[in-house]
Amino acid sequence: MLGSSAKSPTKRHREPAFQRQEEITGWLMASPALFLILLFLIIPFIMAFLLAFTNQRLVSPNPTEFVGTRNFTDLLAFGTLTLEPIRDETTGAVVLDEDGNVEYPALRDYTRNNPDYPHLNGLRELVSWNFGETRHYLLAKDVVFVRALFNTLYFVLIIAPAQGGLALLLALLINQQLPGINIFRTIYFMPVVVSMVVVSILWRFIYDGENGLLNTLLSMISFGSAQPVDWLGNSSTAMPALMAMSIWQGVGFHMVIWLAGLQTIPGSLYEAASIDGANRWQKFRFVTWPGLRNTAIFVLVVITMQAFGLFTQVNVMTRGGPLDATQTIIFQAVERGYDKQDIAGGSAISVIFFMLVLLVTLIQRYLTRERNTA
Amino acid sequence: MNSRKWFVLVLMLMVIVGGTVSAQEPTELSLWYHGAGNEVERTILLQIIEDFNASQSNWVVALEEFPQQAYNESIVAAALSNTLPDIIDVDGPVMPNWAWSGYMQPLSLSEGALDDFLPGAIGTWNGEVYSVGLWDAAVAMYARRSVLEANNIRIPTLEEPWTLEEFDAALVALQGTGDFEYALDLGMAWTGEWYPYAFSPFLQSFGADMIDRSTYLTAEGVFNGEQAVAFGEWWQSLFERGLVPGTSQDGADRDTGFIDGRYALSWNGNWAAIPALEAIGDDLLFLPAPDLGNGSTIGAASWQFGVSANSENPEGANAFIEFAIQDEYLAAFSDGIGLIPATASAAALTENYAEGGPLAVFFELSAEQALIRPPTPGYVVMALVFEKALADIANGADVQDTLDAATDEINADIEANGGYGFGG
Repeated sequence: MLGSSAKSPTKRHREPAFQRQEEITGWLMASPALFLILLFLIIPFIMAFLLAFTNQRLVSPNPTEFVGTRNFTDLLAFGTLTLEPIRDETTGAVVLDEDGNVEYPALRDYTRNNPDYPHLNGLRELVSWNFGETRHYLLAKDVVFVRALFNTLYFVLIIAPAQGGLALLLALLINQQLPGINIFRTIYFMPVVVSMVVVSILWRFIYDGENGLLNTLLSMISFGSAQPVDWLGNSSTAMPALMAMSIWQGVGFHMVIWLAGLQTIPGSLYEAASIDGANRWQKFRFVTWPGLRNTAIFVLVVITMQAFGLFTQVNVMTRGGPLDATQTIIFQAVERGYDKQDIAGGSAISVIFFMLVLLVTLIQRYLTRERNTA
Repeated sequence: MNSRKWFVLVLMLMVIVGGTVSAQEPTELSLWYHGAGNEVERTILLQIIEDFNASQSNWVVALEEFPQQAYNESIVAAALSNTLPDIIDVDGPVMPNWAWSGYMQPLSLSEGALDDFLPGAIGTWNGEVYSVGLWDAAVAMYARRSVLEANNIRIPTLEEPWTLEEFDAALVALQGTGDFEYALDLGMAWTGEWYPYAFSPFLQSFGADMIDRSTYLTAEGVFNGEQAVAFGEWWQSLFERGLVPGTSQDGADRDTGFIDGRYALSWNGNWAAIPALEAIGDDLLFLPAPDLGNGSTIGAASWQFGVSANSENPEGANAFIEFAIQDEYLAAFSDGIGLIPATASAAALTENYAEGGPLAVFFELSAEQALIRPPTPGYVVMALVFEKALADIANGADVQDTLDAATDEINADIEANGGYGFGG
């Protein structure tokens, strides 16, 4: 704005005193909100950024010291290692263990106090794979954090389309003038009003591995042939279980937003489409969907951000387990910063989290930008 | 303003002025307690405070209660803003962390005041006593005599506990009967402090520990050494063989599973004893911890009282604590909420822990087998690392890798904290 007013002196000349006064009033009115944003958002963010480069503890008589980027390298140090199978010294043949598998030297001989491999010290196996007879390892210093990073991305990748799509479907269903439609609207919206903690506790009962509601139901409809599954106790089902429950809880909110979007589309467009002989799919594709463009962007961005912040469900239902299957970035930030009293480590995670969300949001902005079709 | 209003105003002023004058005499001591919501605890504590206030004229103790979940946070927040009360209560294993952080000062009780106390009820850090508990807690193996006899399983004693082989064979035999969902309930549903409290004794009984207790500077070779791995392999096998419920156990199953007869044995604390006794009666046994190779131990240390570092009246605070640790109050807490009284003379006054009482065995367990959790400021982090390691191993993680990672994390934390005051 400054640039444009400098270029047009006539405009500046015309700016009377009352306009400036209005400006001041505007700032005054915004000031309580700005003050709170500064106090609870901007200052903590700057602090987190600064603390991430120190060794600050939650409680400690020791002085705080600047440690450079150590907190970040501790979180994101990686390494690789290739191991050849153990060979019999005389014959040179590959040694097999009791089960007939090829034996390799123990990884811990390389990663724990081995003077020949100082760059691998303290690293742990993230994944390993065989290529021919040689075994390749991808190692990470903080395996738990890397898992949390991938789990969060996985969660977002599934949740964003699934929750948004389902919400749209529900919105289309209830966007009809039927008797009693408000009952359905209420039912779909109800989980949103209930606290996530309460929902999480309820779903923990539903997912119970011994006598939970879900297992009982599955056993009933399969006439007893379905074996009970320990949904939250099994590392392959825990994350999908959290996803299903999160979608159920959040879908109503986005349904309402879709519904608001749907109701802004003028009925005359549908009438015109009907006259042109469009079928239901064509109406959706060429009238509804273009009309929902801005709503879609909004819903997508909101779901993505909410999904990145996955914490409550994990904290109440699984505490990151089993076997780190449900670790998430925020859960790690809280666990480290607060439970393990490592404020600096927690801050470093927050900074990484901020960068990640910023990056994803920028990509989304770029992909959904207004394109000049002309 | 009419005369009546004036009268009221003057009266109010008099009350305010009078109040401040009279409050100047005895000094007020503030006391924070973690048990908000527990009516019985509150009644007993208020009785102690009332008796103390009446017994002398120098100090008046005022109680402020917090729910347990928010208590530690409140203390940390108060310490950061320099508003700690005079007297605090503190969970035994957390005490060294607070003492090291400078929240607490050593107690100055009269000579011999703690002579008869159970070792687990005394909180020591750096060679000085910082806290003392009116009670301790103990765990035992809950069992039914009839079940053990029916399966020809020897009933162990304090002198001759089950060996590892005996214990393991008993679990396999009980599971083999098919009468139970699980042979043993370890209480995996109780995440948090229960894990290190209840399960680190098994690790220690194997000859390992969370940390090298000779230096408190490293866990290397102790938490990831041969004995620790042997423990881990056995621990994992309990879950693999389906002898115990896993980490996803529901809290309700934990509470009622043994009483309902779905679990044959239960590793549980003395606080669960009363309901179990009511349901099962004479058939119920409280068995000592098995000896897994290196002697039997159980955890110790519960909530204790201490004096905050910035109390202006440490004399009064110490006087209150010394007043509170009289046998009659120890006995009152024990009768009220089933805890183990901290002295034998107090135990004799209680319903449950007097000689021949139904829970007397817990007092013996506490006296004979108690080993406190590592008394170091780093315990707070260690406990979380231990909990995760045991949960991961139970869920099938590689034992050596998991213990190596846990060891590294404990060591990294000790290093990041400059040794927590150990090793100069």
